[in-house]
Amino acid sequence: MNIVVCVKQVPDTTEVKLDPVKGTLIRDGVPSIINPDDKAALEAALCIREQAGGKVTVVSMGPPQADVALREALAMGADEAILVTDRAFGGADTWATSYTIASAIKKLDYDLIIAGRQAIDGDTAQVGPQIAQHLGLPQVSYVENIEAVNERSIVLRRQFEDRYHIVEAQLPCLITVLSELNKPRYMSVSGVFDAYREKKVARITLADLEDVIDKSNIGLGGSPTRVKQSFTKQPKGKGEKFETDADDAVRIIVEKLAEKHLI
Amino acid sequence: MSKNVFIFAEQRDGVIQKVSLELIGKARELADALGQSVVAVLLGSNITDKASELIRAGADEVIVVNDERLGEYLTAPYAKAMVSVIDEYKPEIVLYGATSIGRDLAPRVSSMVHTGLTADCTKLEIDAETKNLLMTRPAFGGNIMATIVCADHRPQMATVRPGVMQALEGDASRNGKITEHKVKFGADDEKVRILEVVKGDKRTVDITEAKVLVSGGRGVGSKEKFKMLYDLAGELGGEVASSRANVDAGIIERERQVGQTGKTVHPNLYIACGISGAIQHLAGMEESEYIIAINKDASAPIFDVADLGIVGDLNVIVPKLIEALKNR
Repeated sequence: MNIVVCVKQVPDTTEVKLDPVKGTLIRDGVPSIINPDDKAALEAALCIREQAGGKVTVVSMGPPQADVALREALAMGADEAILVTDRAFGGADTWATSYTIASAIKKLDYDLIIAGRQAIDGDTAQVGPQIAQHLGLPQVSYVENIEAVNERSIVLRRQFEDRYHIVEAQLPCLITVLSELNKPRYMSVSGVFDAYREKKVARITLADLEDVIDKSNIGLGGSPTRVKQSFTKQPKGKGEKFETDADDAVRIIVEKLAEKHLI
Repeated sequence: MSKNVFIFAEQRDGVIQKVSLELIGKARELADALGQSVVAVLLGSNITDKASELIRAGADEVIVVNDERLGEYLTAPYAKAMVSVIDEYKPEIVLYGATSIGRDLAPRVSSMVHTGLTADCTKLEIDAETKNLLMTRPAFGGNIMATIVCADHRPQMATVRPGVMQALEGDASRNGKITEHKVKFGADDEKVRILEVVKGDKRTVDITEAKVLVSGGRGVGSKEKFKMLYDLAGELGGEVASSRANVDAGIIERERQVGQTGKTVHPNLYIACGISGAIQHLAGMEESEYIIAINKDASAPIFDVADLGIVGDLNVIVPKLIEALKNR
């Protein structure tokens, strides 16, 4: 079975801090990681390969630095890695990103595409389903367990807030998975060695996709949405703060609650 | 020419979800600013009798698609029905709840109709000059806010997290139009089929519904100590919530988690006990009406959003507060 895994290199947002004086983001020193849901997607693909045989190809779109994330995927055990990279792809929103990645995947043999549900820097959960549509594939998102796979179909547990579905999807299809799905393996020492010495990260640029891509749909220019403005949140006006003994504190709280008609 | 503000009315087992009523509340405001109508799109199996609920909530028209394939949610038939409605009625705006259904459906639809989609918006307004929809959302793990526009494609589409917008008071005297819309389904819509539906069996709490929330952070840190928060919540007629740390530690259920990866709440009263106030937590609760913070660390960021801050030991203050409320 040929499995394509979509991964994104993201800044570790849990490490991002705000400058308390300027109120701006401190990006320096923030490590880049493989997006957690995507790492679960890769682990799922490796497990299916172990069971059913085949090939795992990892695809990422991003700047040349995203090479590091793909080497990590290779070191975990992926067979091939492809970096979709070109200045012309820059500034893309989810629509143009998914269109570009789908165009690159058209060049590959695949039975199953696995993506993470969402990336921690954008939290949109949009690119997976959008790729599925661009490729005309059925999709199942929010997958919390892979129950069974054969050549023709895959059985999945699909999570909702108040229930889950056990669904059977015909292959080829695209699924998006939650990080709860599994615990991704670590890179092995020999894997790391192979990732940098034996294996290669192939690059796909706009020129490689010219027969399948409409240039008016890529990059910033091909993006239906635009960021008009971005800003750090205005801290709301500070309230009152008291540093006093417990009895007095309780008296103040009760007084305020009564004043606000909350008790 | 595109016109009107549409919302996807989410139903599960024939029950209209609260987020749909919240979307109508916001859509009403946007439609009034544009001088247009609010239209709810209701997909389901034998669902027409629920349409009046959406009109009471503020919709001018409900477009209903009835089909047995639309009972339990599946991407393909739902997306086909939505696209069919969009093609026929050409909405200016379409809003979806940012639920596990809305976040699966909306991106599929956006690819099909070639338009933009902005996820998890916390603020929506009409630009007075261009009449475009300004869609504001947190990004970068809630660290920054971005305002997004979709100037050249229609409809403009957004998902909105449950609990962020306010539903209107239901009005039984409102009148509206109910339109049945037919969609033809085919074998292409059946590539995914449901083998089994398993519904959550335990009674789940919905902290987004609570008027009062007593929330515990790392400073609470154990099941035993959470007991006093339950007692305090009991005195105030509220529910107990938590920051992420206690959820990850298995001290409290995930459904009680407030924040970027949990729920967005805006109760009348939010009492943050032993919560330092990481940005990810603040993103889920800073719109609360009145915020009280109790924390030992006088420099904790939670004090920046609190209306009333108490620097002190919650282990001493909370029991005394429960006592004082009992004696009132």
